[in-house]
Amino acid sequence: MPADFVPLLLMLVLATGLALTLLLAARWLGPRRANPVKVSTYESGMDPIGTARQRYSVKFYLVAMIFIIFDVEVVFLYPWAVSFQEFLAAGSGVGVLVVVTIFILVLAVGLLYDIKKGGLEFD
Amino acid sequence: MDLAGAYEGILFDVAGGFTLLLLMTAGVVCIVWDIFSNDDPVLPVLAAMTCVVAAGWEVRGLDAGSSTAFYDLIRAYGLTSYINITLLISALVSIVLSVPYLNRIRRGYGEVYALILFATAGAVMLASANSLVTVFVGLETMSIALYILVGLVRQGGGGIESALKYFLLGAFSTGFFLYGIALLYGATGTMILPDLAAGFEARGSMMLLFWAGVALFLVGFLFKVSAVPFHMWTPDVYQGAPTPLTGYMSTASKAAAFAALILVLYYGLGDLAATKWQTALAVVALVTMVGGNIFALVQNNVKRMLAYSSVAHAGYVLVALVAGTGEGYAGAAYYLLIYSFMNLGAFGVMALLEWDQKEGSEQTIDSLSGVGLRKPILGVVMTVFMFSLIGFPPFGGFFGKIAVFAPAIEAGFTWLVIVGVLASALSGYYYLRVLYVFWMRPQSWSAPQVQAHKFPVPSLSAAVLVACAVVLTVIGFVPVVRDLPMVYFDVAFTGGTP
Amino acid sequence: MLAESLFVMLGTLSVIGALGMLIARNPVSSALWLILTLFCVAGLYLTLSAEFIAVVQVLVYAGAIMVLFLFVIMLLNLGTMPTMKGVGWKKAVGFVLCVVVLTQLVLIGATGLDLLPATEVVDVANAGSATTIAKSLFTRYALAFEVIGILLLVATIGAVMLAKRRFA
Repeated sequence: MPADFVPLLLMLVLATGLALTLLLAARWLGPRRANPVKVSTYESGMDPIGTARQRYSVKFYLVAMIFIIFDVEVVFLYPWAVSFQEFLAAGSGVGVLVVVTIFILVLAVGLLYDIKKGGLEFD
Repeated sequence: MDLAGAYEGILFDVAGGFTLLLLMTAGVVCIVWDIFSNDDPVLPVLAAMTCVVAAGWEVRGLDAGSSTAFYDLIRAYGLTSYINITLLISALVSIVLSVPYLNRIRRGYGEVYALILFATAGAVMLASANSLVTVFVGLETMSIALYILVGLVRQGGGGIESALKYFLLGAFSTGFFLYGIALLYGATGTMILPDLAAGFEARGSMMLLFWAGVALFLVGFLFKVSAVPFHMWTPDVYQGAPTPLTGYMSTASKAAAFAALILVLYYGLGDLAATKWQTALAVVALVTMVGGNIFALVQNNVKRMLAYSSVAHAGYVLVALVAGTGEGYAGAAYYLLIYSFMNLGAFGVMALLEWDQKEGSEQTIDSLSGVGLRKPILGVVMTVFMFSLIGFPPFGGFFGKIAVFAPAIEAGFTWLVIVGVLASALSGYYYLRVLYVFWMRPQSWSAPQVQAHKFPVPSLSAAVLVACAVVLTVIGFVPVVRDLPMVYFDVAFTGGTP
Repeated sequence: MLAESLFVMLGTLSVIGALGMLIARNPVSSALWLILTLFCVAGLYLTLSAEFIAVVQVLVYAGAIMVLFLFVIMLLNLGTMPTMKGVGWKKAVGFVLCVVVLTQLVLIGATGLDLLPATEVVDVANAGSATTIAKSLFTRYALAFEVIGILLLVATIGAVMLAKRRFA
């Protein structure tokens, strides 16, 4: 068990506790005198039109999907970044550099493809 | 892991994984080419040439002893070369047949050919797996490329429905598969297939973990080879996908999955497992053969019929695996080669006879009446494919069936083989029905059919189909093709430590 | 000891999250429950010394994948599902009791047949750190790593091909 993560746990507990406390405190302490204006959705003073549950365009989804792909790429690169010194010290620096460079190049092709085929444009 | 000298043997490894690396490189080159020159007609040529070169390289490896490369991640030469040649032939034929087909339906994108290469790379990795990691990565690369290819046509809803079903069920089966791998790793402490049995015994008292892992792992495989009761996706997916790519899916992905299954059973589970999984696989083989053939009987759409027939053929291959002997595995490898020719051919002919503008998903068998008289080349090659699929001598299918059934009899599974033979007799009905419609029904065509049949058959496609038919006619008389895989499971050949 | 009790606690919490996801009638609430589960699983990884995987779990699953889930919910504009009627607290208590009894039965059966794996304490200090993973990933699994690159490329192509109008 990595003890280094105990502070993180403490912070998590504190944050959750604070959020819950504030919510519950507002509920218990706050006076509730509702009227139609108060409970209506805040629209900068305008009367709200329609519902907030609008359907998204699928284009957002494409961007999100491409984001995930490159997110996963970063996940693979992180171990390389933190261990490169050790590889270098062992004399395998060039080898690991080649391995990772091929990986990045392949994904760069993906990025180029995205740009050229309009994957990043809203049409 | 010792970092110093970690990359010293890499050049030797590159030779071992040449096909895989070549396919990946060519795929990336195709994509880059396509980026700068949209849908260039050179791309399919490049892809096809890649397959030819890779197959040529693999032929060199046929006689070499099996070895491993990349820190035991993959196997090279021997059986792997044999299976890789099957996969590459399948990719080559599919590429050649796809070009006129996709151009006709205006889907001749350059990406398609790159994706076929990537899918083949995944299949090659899967079929040369020597580690659970390789199995998984290969399977996923192949599957994801295939999901995209299936969803190529988005009009009319059929293709997108196919792609979604394939994707959801495929992802589901991957879940099983991955869980199985995790449990196996937990029970054995190793990912390398030949070390599984030893790892299991060294750890001890991991019975539940190990066998649950094996079971989940097998479920994942049986999903991919569409064995009953995991076959539900097959007809829908095959029906909606572009026809030449359906041919690719039904041959390459199935051959690769079976090859990996052979490797897992032979190297991974070995004697350790003999009794336990044999019974389970025998039951699956039984219901697959019977189920596939019975469902195929009542289909009116040719692609659905061929889909169920491919389910039945998966059952025949499973019979060979049930035997659990070297002859059985060799027979399975031989059958996969022959099956690839038959199915690629059958789907190829159907691709050329499509008139419904919906990738054949609405086309009934009856609508093909009199095609044989009108287009005799297609009629004749279809006759060969159908007879071969039945398992009628002297065509390849007959010799293939002998190769898968004989080892099962020797291993004492006579009852299973009897069911198999009866089931393939049943299959005669629906295969011969196609021929009856092709040759003996008078033509009664609707306007769109006539329109479609004015198209001449592309000469290259016809040449490939004829080549498949010729191979099927003569392959049974070339004993070396059948005997070659036997050698790979010979202890004398592999020196005891495969 | 601390690690063990944390493991049990996080495990229970993640099961609760999963149940909450299934029971919640509003898809957005379901997604939030799922986030709880994913965080707890990340915590489980931590207790097992798989630090890198834990961070990735939060980064990719609880972060990126959840955004995709929410996008899908917004995309489909799913309404609230009909509430479950007739599930009183009696049934809920009955369900919990059934689960407990079933667990006991399975446990007794498994121990009786000697199916349970032996508990094993492996010294896994630093086993899951990014450096340890790197030492295997870029050497022993270099080929798999490159193929994963291809896999991600295929996924990129697929995202564009399946969603862009040019390919419709």
